Amino acid sequence: MSAQTKQFKVIGQRLQRPDGIDKVTGRARYGADIDAAGMLHGKILRSPHAHARILSIDTSAAEQLNGVMAVITRADFPTPHKGFEDVQDNCMAGDRVLYDGHAVAAVAATSKHIAKQAIKLIKVQYQVLPHVTDVEQAIQPDAPVVHSGLVSRRVPKGFSENVVRYSSFGHGNIETGFKAADAVLERTYKTEATHQGYIEPHACMASMGLDNRADMWVCTQGHFWIRNMCAGVMAMESASLRVTASEIGGGFGGKTTVFIEPVVLALAKKSGRAVKMVMTREEVLRATGPTVSTMMHVKVGMNKAGRITAAYAKLFYQAGAYKQATVDFGAMPAFAPYALENVKTEGLDVITNRPRTASYRAPGAPPACFAAESAIDELCQELGLDPMEVRLINAAKGGTKSSYGPTFEDHGLIQCLEAAKAHPHWQAPLEINQGRGLAAGFWFNFGGETCVSVFLNNDGSVTVTEGNPDIGGSRASISMMVAEELGIPYEQVRTTVTDTGSLGPNEPTHGSRVTFAVGLAAIKSARAIIDEIRARLARMWEVDVTDVVWQDGAAHYTGNKAGTFEPLDLRQVADIANNLGGPIAGHHEANAEGAGVSFGVHIADTEVDPETGFTSVKRYTVIQDAGKAIQPDYVEGQLQGGAVQGIGWALNEEYVYGEDGCLQNTGFLDYRIPVASDLPMIDTVIVEVPNPGHPFGVRGVGETPIVPPLAAIANAVSRACGKRQVDLPMSPPKVLASMQKA
Amino acid sequence: MAKIQIFGSLRDLFSGHDVVELDVSNLRQLLIKLPQLYPECAPEIAEGVSVSIDGKIINDAWFTPIRPDSEVVVLPRIVGG
Amino acid sequence: MSHSHVSTTINGQAVQYACPTDASLLEVLRDQLGMTGTKEGCGSGDCGACSVSLDGRLVCSCLVLGVEAQGRTVDTIEGMADKNKLHTLQTKFLEHAALQCGICTPGVLVAARSLLEKNPDPTEQEVRYWLAGNLCRCTGYDKIIRAVLEAAKTMREEQA
Repeated sequence: MSAQTKQFKVIGQRLQRPDGIDKVTGRARYGADIDAAGMLHGKILRSPHAHARILSIDTSAAEQLNGVMAVITRADFPTPHKGFEDVQDNCMAGDRVLYDGHAVAAVAATSKHIAKQAIKLIKVQYQVLPHVTDVEQAIQPDAPVVHSGLVSRRVPKGFSENVVRYSSFGHGNIETGFKAADAVLERTYKTEATHQGYIEPHACMASMGLDNRADMWVCTQGHFWIRNMCAGVMAMESASLRVTASEIGGGFGGKTTVFIEPVVLALAKKSGRAVKMVMTREEVLRATGPTVSTMMHVKVGMNKAGRITAAYAKLFYQAGAYKQATVDFGAMPAFAPYALENVKTEGLDVITNRPRTASYRAPGAPPACFAAESAIDELCQELGLDPMEVRLINAAKGGTKSSYGPTFEDHGLIQCLEAAKAHPHWQAPLEINQGRGLAAGFWFNFGGETCVSVFLNNDGSVTVTEGNPDIGGSRASISMMVAEELGIPYEQVRTTVTDTGSLGPNEPTHGSRVTFAVGLAAIKSARAIIDEIRARLARMWEVDVTDVVWQDGAAHYTGNKAGTFEPLDLRQVADIANNLGGPIAGHHEANAEGAGVSFGVHIADTEVDPETGFTSVKRYTVIQDAGKAIQPDYVEGQLQGGAVQGIGWALNEEYVYGEDGCLQNTGFLDYRIPVASDLPMIDTVIVEVPNPGHPFGVRGVGETPIVPPLAAIANAVSRACGKRQVDLPMSPPKVLASMQKA
Repeated sequence: MAKIQIFGSLRDLFSGHDVVELDVSNLRQLLIKLPQLYPECAPEIAEGVSVSIDGKIINDAWFTPIRPDSEVVVLPRIVGG
Repeated sequence: MSHSHVSTTINGQAVQYACPTDASLLEVLRDQLGMTGTKEGCGSGDCGACSVSLDGRLVCSCLVLGVEAQGRTVDTIEGMADKNKLHTLQTKFLEHAALQCGICTPGVLVAARSLLEKNPDPTEQEVRYWLAGNLCRCTGYDKIIRAVLEAAKTMREEQA
């Protein structure tokens, strides 16, 4: 039965999540909520310089402080496994510090107080080197070089050695396309770095036995990856390390890698004791993984009828002090919503004296979408065209060759645009100083390595064991999918996230993959249970297995001796499971393929105060294709949360670096994320164009919502104040200055 | 022979061609043959790529079939956040 | 650093502890008393994850010293449910899916309860401004605000 026509019993209902009561009572345990007897407290000493050579580190005074059990530097780390060199260097600097906040040494002591004192006693001699933190400055031929010798062959000439990678995408001939345009717009756009801003700082505890086997408790999006990275950095076998994932207080991509974890492990090894470390908010902002900052040249040609005849973008992404591929993920989705004959995007990765960037929800896409959608919006204004009609005229659909290469399968962009056009928001009147912005965006989504085991318990309840930390309510969705497949009530299924020692490997909770991939594996595990039950009952009833069907939560005999056998539900099967051979379970392991892309369309209304340049968001609507919304509350939650992060990125959030190359705004007061009083309600519309790659049609939804808002808000502000905004964030002084320019 | 489209930073390795023809019937053969015939792309392939086969992004599933009329696009490795 | 002896009342129970003079109430709750329901998000009073009530007044426990609890009453998230019965706010949060990762939830619930004690019939605007000191990164605040308004309505009906 196809996903479109199936009537669901459980799927689609707004059922409560199993971890909810623990979370509203304070019982749930997050990264910092664990203790162990005799545990030590870890603290890291960090570089005060943006770029410097480490001449010497004298730890003697710290080691002698009463209560200090271990002091480590890079010298305490082994040569890492191949591929983990950058990760190790980022966790603990070697001969150079590459950014303000780069870890230089660490201590483990019997109290937090002593650990703090010990850090101050470590003497480091630095030779300060010239630094560069701005992307535009870093590419200049005379810029200070962060690392020599990393430039890949394909990088065009004329830049400094900080431009290390080059990629290009597209098809057709953009010059021909520009000639065919009635209007060509060319602009440069800039965005500053932001942070994922999770409210829970990184925290972990590690203990290592004398047999070099270790246990870790970590707040992470992916404990299997954390295990692999810690093992790689510490040159251990990953089987020697068991990682348990705590509940996680937000990640958004920033907790898919390691920062303090290998350091804590090294401290545990050297001290022979359990060591716990919790980052301060300042450390989180200075020394975890913010986003790129960007400079983007965009050129788009459009004819009078609204057809985009050519689209070009050249993106410079600064990704911190180490080589990254994030710019590819700006260059690929920039024009993805459109069916274009002529498109070319180029991406250049630039290294600077900033922290090693990490993923943040659709990493790379939001800035590129901001640039592309702003250019299209401005062309609409120039040609007097309706921005919604222009999107519809150019919209990609199933069969369109995408701007990044593959031909799209069916997806819901046009349905989202139609829904946006029909939405009351699109027609609502605007007041003075208000403007409305529209933007479309997308994310690829993927599946990846997945293992799930499902068990039938003695009492007929079902346990699902999976390996993905629950960020947005996935345990509920997974239970719902298994309940649906087995035909039993939701309450009869319990999904738990287990540790790395108890299940095969799993990719992290990222890439919008969990409801899709883990759901798929859980459904297949449930089907395996059904098949096992059918086989065993066929044997018991002495009938053909084809005459045993599973329906409405029970096994029924449907052969011509119908009526001979009473149906048996799960509870009854569980009662006799051991008689029939033993406990009943199903499992499924997959490199899940067939993830469906998710398109989103956002409408934003803003009001700009002409005296201060201050922007208030008056109304916001998110429309997105979810394939099939398993639990609509959680889909809406992703849409609203991602949109608000994008609003913050557009209006308030930025990393501010001083002349000294040090981060100036290291707390939530000056790194200003949206607060409740900044925002209206966020309306959501879930479009469902099922993904044929999932039994229930699920598409990942978590990342796409952050892609359009930068552009939607920028388009709204530009229209509200009458001046095109090209520089994010659109803080009041910037907007005011743009309004005052002639 | 399957037509393999090359994108991203690999493109310039194929003498200006953005499409390469290879006699391969699954992803694994593609990942072996490409660097054999074009050694310059070996480091990128080794680092990891995503391959779109008939519109579906495939990471590593070696037995994914490639037919002569399949659309195959080699892309940078797709990760998420 | 010398320790001071403190006698206080936490969630209605008499509690005594000895803490360093420079320890925050947050540290005492979490590290000494094992009450990890109150969270640390920033340590500087900017995020509200550490919200507790002190003598009925909403405060950031990271900005209160442990010794300041002497002779006063402290109410934390752990005392919000009445034994087996969830507070109406807690119930509404679950019904309205007003949490995703849940790390801000204890602070938001404590702050919301404090609001409704003072103002049982707040407008949406009043709720938003009262909760402006509680940062949430997951939800975009929409479902939180709806849950608080619903809880306020239910609580008014129960009182009536």
